[in-house]
Amino acid sequence: MDTLLSIWMWFPELLRVFVVNLALIVAIVVPLMICVAYFTFAERKVIGYMQVRIGPNRVGPRGWLQPIADAVKLMFKEIIIPTESNPYLFRMAPVLVLGPSLAAWAVVPFTDSWVLANIDASLLYVLALTSLGVYGVIIAGWASNSKYAFLGAMRSAAQIVAYEIAMGFALVGVLMAAGSLNLHDIVTAQSGGIHQWYFIPLFPLFIVYFISGVAETNRAPFDVAEGESEIVAGFHVEYSGMAFAVFFLAEYANMILIAALTVLMFLGGWQAPFDVAPFTWIPAFLWFGIKTSAVAFFFLWFRATFPRYRYDQIMRLGWKVFIPVTLVWIAVIGVFRFFTPFGHWFQ
Amino acid sequence: MLENYIPILMFMGVSLVLGVVAIGAGSVLGPNKPNKDKLSPYECGFEAFEHTRMKFDVRYYLVAILFIVFDLEIAFLFPWAVVLDEVGIFGFLAMVVFLLVLVVGFIFEWMKGALEWE
Repeated sequence: MDTLLSIWMWFPELLRVFVVNLALIVAIVVPLMICVAYFTFAERKVIGYMQVRIGPNRVGPRGWLQPIADAVKLMFKEIIIPTESNPYLFRMAPVLVLGPSLAAWAVVPFTDSWVLANIDASLLYVLALTSLGVYGVIIAGWASNSKYAFLGAMRSAAQIVAYEIAMGFALVGVLMAAGSLNLHDIVTAQSGGIHQWYFIPLFPLFIVYFISGVAETNRAPFDVAEGESEIVAGFHVEYSGMAFAVFFLAEYANMILIAALTVLMFLGGWQAPFDVAPFTWIPAFLWFGIKTSAVAFFFLWFRATFPRYRYDQIMRLGWKVFIPVTLVWIAVIGVFRFFTPFGHWFQ
Repeated sequence: MLENYIPILMFMGVSLVLGVVAIGAGSVLGPNKPNKDKLSPYECGFEAFEHTRMKFDVRYYLVAILFIVFDLEIAFLFPWAVVLDEVGIFGFLAMVVFLLVLVVGFIFEWMKGALEWE
């Protein structure tokens, strides 16, 4: 042990930092990818049961090996690159979609002390990265040089951009309440039990944020970008094999990310709802996991429950409902903070 | 403080590498048997009717322009929200005036029908 330690200390410091960080990143990404794989399985199972069928149950016990079988299958499928496409942009687009959805996890605090990079501007970083995904979508639609892909990309991009604004305003409300851009500080500002979590004072923003998150990830009921009945699969219609799988992974990783961010900003992050015995036994990271899974479940539930919106309805909801609601609530937060005795709740 | 950003940079690198490796593995492991029909743009089985780089609705531009306006507004609100305690009531009222000006613009857009989509 001592010799190992001395060999370790013999490495230059930069290399040591590099190795430690790489190990930590792998420790985040690997469980995350497993979660993503099993989230796809959960989706098929949950929607299956909601429609009174069983869902996948052939591969492994009760279908538990299904995501692995899917991954292996997609790995050995041909990646078709259409002749008319731009081959470099075509290959780049999925990477540009997956990259941000994973990289945003660098600043997510899993517990009080488990955070890879505790930076002050973490909320800004997350907002920047979640907006970056739209480039991949546009590039994919343009590079495919196919009408369906192009129309799908235009639709998704306009939709993502429209809901981005509502999302940004909701975040401003959280910032006003927490007074910090640091995700860790935002969570600690909500400590003290369930009545301190921001979903109570910022309830409209909580709803707006989560629904915008659903629209942002192009999920049902906002999935016109891939409305099968009109433009088939939307921007990734020309993608096959692993190139398609990367888009698929990115979509599910984004859903989990949105769920995690909702938990961090509105549902008290890793904190237990009550500071009494049975609740405090559960470790902090498990609380974070439980809450994130609960929020992520809503994505699946929505898909099983709601019929798809029309495109003009989506745009109306984003511009004419969510933006006014968030603007009003920002003013309400300020008024409550400065002119009423309830200010402590918004702080 | 800046060294806190090293893991972020590495994380970005790892996530990009992951995507590249996935697609690379797919191209190496998968078959590669192209033919003319397989590589043609998908159009529900038809031959492509016209060129893809066609005209599209001007409203997409409009959405993009409106997005820039509102996103700038959010960029102004972010630093203000963080220092709300220090700027106090005066700062809050100043921002209310600013927001009111923007709300007037928003109502104008609404009345002009820029937010309609039919």
